[in-house]
Amino acid sequence: MELLAFGKNGWGDELFYATLMTLAVSITAMLIGFFFALIFTPLKLSKHKSLNLIGNFYTTVIRGVPELLVIYLFFFGGSGAIMFVASMFGYYEYIEINAFITGSFAIGIISGAYSTEVFRGAIQSIDKGQFEASKVLGIKKHIQFYKIILPQMLRLAIPNLSNVWQITLKDTSLISVTGLVEIMRQSYIAAGSTRDPLFFYSFAAVLYLLLTYLSMKLINKLEIKYSRGF
Amino acid sequence: MIGSFPKLLSATVITLKLLSLSLFFGLFIGLLFAILRMNKNPIINKFAYGYSYVFRGTPLLVQIFIIYFGLGQIEYLRSTFLWVILKEPYWCAIIAFALNTGAYTSEILRSAFQTIKPGLIEAGKSLGIPNKVIFYKIQIPIAIKQSLPAYGNEIILMLKGTSLASTVTLMDITGVAKYIISTTFKPIEIFIVAGGIYLFMTFCVHNLIKFLEKKYGFQT
Repeated sequence: MELLAFGKNGWGDELFYATLMTLAVSITAMLIGFFFALIFTPLKLSKHKSLNLIGNFYTTVIRGVPELLVIYLFFFGGSGAIMFVASMFGYYEYIEINAFITGSFAIGIISGAYSTEVFRGAIQSIDKGQFEASKVLGIKKHIQFYKIILPQMLRLAIPNLSNVWQITLKDTSLISVTGLVEIMRQSYIAAGSTRDPLFFYSFAAVLYLLLTYLSMKLINKLEIKYSRGF
Repeated sequence: MIGSFPKLLSATVITLKLLSLSLFFGLFIGLLFAILRMNKNPIINKFAYGYSYVFRGTPLLVQIFIIYFGLGQIEYLRSTFLWVILKEPYWCAIIAFALNTGAYTSEILRSAFQTIKPGLIEAGKSLGIPNKVIFYKIQIPIAIKQSLPAYGNEIILMLKGTSLASTVTLMDITGVAKYIISTTFKPIEIFIVAGGIYLFMTFCVHNLIKFLEKKYGFQT
């Protein structure tokens, strides 16, 4: 237990900050994912063949390729790509991007593919009559989306989005390979210096369980809130 | 880009080995825990639930690290025959994958068993069919049919999961890809080749499941 003490002798405070880091990366990644879903869901639902193809390409490739491979692409390729762009503007120095940014971007793109599928499914399962009725009533397109489609869609999407959140939270453990100090990386450091991997990795597992458990409790509350009246 | 292809292709063998072995063991673990989940004894029931909750609530990476780095720390284990298996990263990865996929499979099978209409079992009983035969000839075929789409997803998730074997020094597709990237520094080309191999495999699994769904698509 003294291994978990706060302060100089224990790893308590380090692991606490690492947990906050995991949460921060997960939330950032989830938001980046929503941003991607916002772009790709309309593409997937579009009637144009070529736009449809782009949307399908994104979700198929990202969901069919291991997360670790995507992270390696961003980790090794990220600074290269930015330096290439910078070199076009005449800047030739080495640019290193923050591990937090590359990490949450990589996880965000993965999470976005899953969110896109969730939103697509939710919109498609809304009764067609709702679209037609609002059209007949002469409701403008954006008001139709915000006031009629979105509230019904959220109710259907939240249970599945909670799955996406769980996947995203667990995927952040993979960012540890890039050296960002989140739960997994901190446990690796602690296990290396104390030679007690069993304890620290088990503790990491407990931390992840705690995070998933608490976030599920919170999401269940949201679910109740959004499904009122049904 | 073309030069890396044979190296990645030979690494595919390890990925496929890891996948097939872990799915094989995982299916048995899943079936066992699905049956335990439906047991009326609350202790057995809770134990099976706890197993699937823990393995589904923690990242696969933590599970591999606990088994590969953590278990070697226990002195007692080092003296038993288990150490022969546990000192190999290959078997550690398979154990972790099998336990992980077992947890997901048990959930899939449990929900499949629970959607079987009680009338079917009662009908079997009233015809005087022994309980064992009802289980093997009625419940299992229906459960397989019900769980095929979800299990197909699980196979694809596991295929992606095998990439984590590269973190415990195994040279699977991702491991080789990382090695080539870090020596040649051509991340995008290697990503396209390695990603293409993975995509091809997911494509095959997807179509195989579709084919099986059609084959076993009897009405219940």
